[in-house]
Amino acid sequence: MKYAGLVWAGLWRKKARTILTMLSIIVAFLLFGLLQGVNHGFNEVVENLNVNRLYTSAKTNMVDGLPISYLGRIKAVPDVEHVSHWTYFGGYYREAKNAIPAFATDPEPLFAIYKEIKIKPEYLDAMKRTRTGALVSEQLAKQYGWKVGDRIPLGTSIWTTKEGSSTWYFDIVGTFDVSAYGVGFPSFYINYDYYDEAKAFGNGVVHYYLVSIADPRQATRVAKTIDTQFENSMNETRTQTESALAQANLKQIGDINFIVNAIVGAVLFTLLFLTANTMMQSVRERIPELAVLKTLGFSDGKVLGLVLAEAFILCILAALLGLLLAAMAFPSLRALVGDLPLPGSVIRLGVGIAALLALVSGLPPAVRAQRLNIVDALAGR
Amino acid sequence: MKMLRQVVSVTLMNLRSMSHRVGTSLVIVIGIAGVVGVLVSVLAMSTGMLRTMQNAGRDDRAIVLRNGSAAEGSSALGLDAARLISDASGIKRDTDGRPILSAESMRALTVYKKEDGAEVNITIRGVGSKSRALRPELEIVRGRMFEPALSEVIVGEAANKQFRGLDVGDKIVTRGASWVVVGIFKTGDAHESELMTDVEALNAMERRGGYQSVTVQLQSAGAFNAFKDSLTTNPALSVDVWREREYYEQQSKTMGDIITIVAYVVGGIMAVGALFSALNTMYSAVSARVREIATLRALGFGAAAMVISVLVEAVVLALIGGALGATLAWLFFNGYTVSTTTGVFGHLVFDLAVSPGLVIVGIVWACAIGLIGGLFPAIRAARLPVATALRAV
Repeated sequence: MKYAGLVWAGLWRKKARTILTMLSIIVAFLLFGLLQGVNHGFNEVVENLNVNRLYTSAKTNMVDGLPISYLGRIKAVPDVEHVSHWTYFGGYYREAKNAIPAFATDPEPLFAIYKEIKIKPEYLDAMKRTRTGALVSEQLAKQYGWKVGDRIPLGTSIWTTKEGSSTWYFDIVGTFDVSAYGVGFPSFYINYDYYDEAKAFGNGVVHYYLVSIADPRQATRVAKTIDTQFENSMNETRTQTESALAQANLKQIGDINFIVNAIVGAVLFTLLFLTANTMMQSVRERIPELAVLKTLGFSDGKVLGLVLAEAFILCILAALLGLLLAAMAFPSLRALVGDLPLPGSVIRLGVGIAALLALVSGLPPAVRAQRLNIVDALAGR
Repeated sequence: MKMLRQVVSVTLMNLRSMSHRVGTSLVIVIGIAGVVGVLVSVLAMSTGMLRTMQNAGRDDRAIVLRNGSAAEGSSALGLDAARLISDASGIKRDTDGRPILSAESMRALTVYKKEDGAEVNITIRGVGSKSRALRPELEIVRGRMFEPALSEVIVGEAANKQFRGLDVGDKIVTRGASWVVVGIFKTGDAHESELMTDVEALNAMERRGGYQSVTVQLQSAGAFNAFKDSLTTNPALSVDVWREREYYEQQSKTMGDIITIVAYVVGGIMAVGALFSALNTMYSAVSARVREIATLRALGFGAAAMVISVLVEAVVLALIGGALGATLAWLFFNGYTVSTTTGVFGHLVFDLAVSPGLVIVGIVWACAIGLIGGLFPAIRAARLPVATALRAV
């Protein structure tokens, strides 16, 4: 500790250079924090998904749909708690570009399955009483300025009503709060019974059965029981856990991990080069000073330690500042990963990489300083 | 004239002495190569995607969807609508006087990527009997064309390369049907990520009576408005009419925009970092030359010559870095095949494209970083007090 002042003074020997080097390390770790944060955010969302929920869809493809008659048979499977379902309605509000992710469902069991989503019981009652009712997320309601009691038109390019109209009217009877779930929860629900009765074709079909089970350890067995039940029928099923489904959906976008790691790799490699060069330069300029230190009785090991300490302070201080900036900027990426702070694992990884960077970039000049021959160095040879 | 000579001689002297500062110079080169490499690689993704989508569309073709549909996947057109569309004006007719068009429907097919087994959805497109005349760019590269009314499909070359189980002779199972792959086709565009079969066979398998889109060959690119007007003024129809090229551009716009924004945000942050390292390098280059600069100034060389010589050094290094970054991006990623989702119904397979335009963007960025990174050190070089600088060393 008693050398702290010496290390600090050495670090600021050339202010402009140290500040510029620190700034580029800060920028690099800002980028590292943001990219890895998004990456880990995706993975964490997937890992933290509820293990009590199963999703059953047609084995051939989700869009093929399953008959509504399966509902009773899935309910009868042992260990199954609640069963609801989703059927994609799609639709748009006023213009085709305002797409609304509307789903037809059986609302009461749906909100029993998604316990973390908050909805007032009176809204659920109102939905039960109102055939043309709709439950929307608070976020969506805010976006379009909808209030409970509004009657709103939804256009659809697929589902015509029996009267031949492609505009459906729904009464908003309540809102719910999806923030506890994160991104990806459909935000507009209509009554399946009404929708199925009113549409002109494709009746009696649902896209996903949603199943909640009491004991998550039974997930695999329950999924298998459901699928075996419908084997060799016209509509074979496939039952997946929530996280398996989310992983598959994420993979549809592409290999996000690879892209993020490639960019971060390029950034860190560039940085390594820069810091190593700064340290090298700083040692080269100070050769006479280091020789003086050695003359005064500093051991070779101590000189090595001094130079390394400088590199560590430079890298870790700057990395922490960069990660701090990333943590502050991270909430603005809410649209991508939901309400999530910058994961602690990213910060720990960042500090680890900074330490490694300090070691790799500081070691060669430190070794050079350690091996310095006093006579030659003082003579400027 | 005298000043110009000064500038040239100092700059040349400076450039010749650069070899003594290789270590610090490399910092600029590698820093900027990193920025340009990442920027160009990520932009190559959106460029490749856009190119693949744009190629699918021609100006002299039009696509008709149901009113309000954002894409074919969410469109539905009845048999009556298809018949009315085929009577519209502006459609090119073949020698028998029949309109060249294809009423199409599609279904999703679950396939697995060869590289990591990831499950994705691609499209089986049912096409009409005139589809070969409509899409002359389609070329069978292996096997043969499907026979109408049989459950035979042909597979796009891109899909064939990217996904498992899509070779000639393979069997594909969808609900209630099994299909045999009889050929591999090439179009050089978005359709290569799809499978094609006869629309009537597909509709029969799917127990479906209608279509999702109608694509027509126009008499000429200029006939579009006549075609569009004759459909939109028909009270029995409620459809959206697109120029085919505009339709496909629109389809990839969201994803392309996202990738472009990511490229510029990440590239921008990296550029700031590279700028700091360029400043660093140039400041140390100037301080290494303090004695030389002061001597030159004492001999009567002007301040402008100093500024320009430093700037030129920075820009030359930046250009080398930019060229290196763009070359690396080109070597590693030009033609590299990736795929991404385009909604429930499809997956687009495309090659990254490092176009000359992108290389220019990268070089412009490199120059900008080099100029700004060189400017402040250059000013410092010009302002060096000659007497103190000469004594300092």
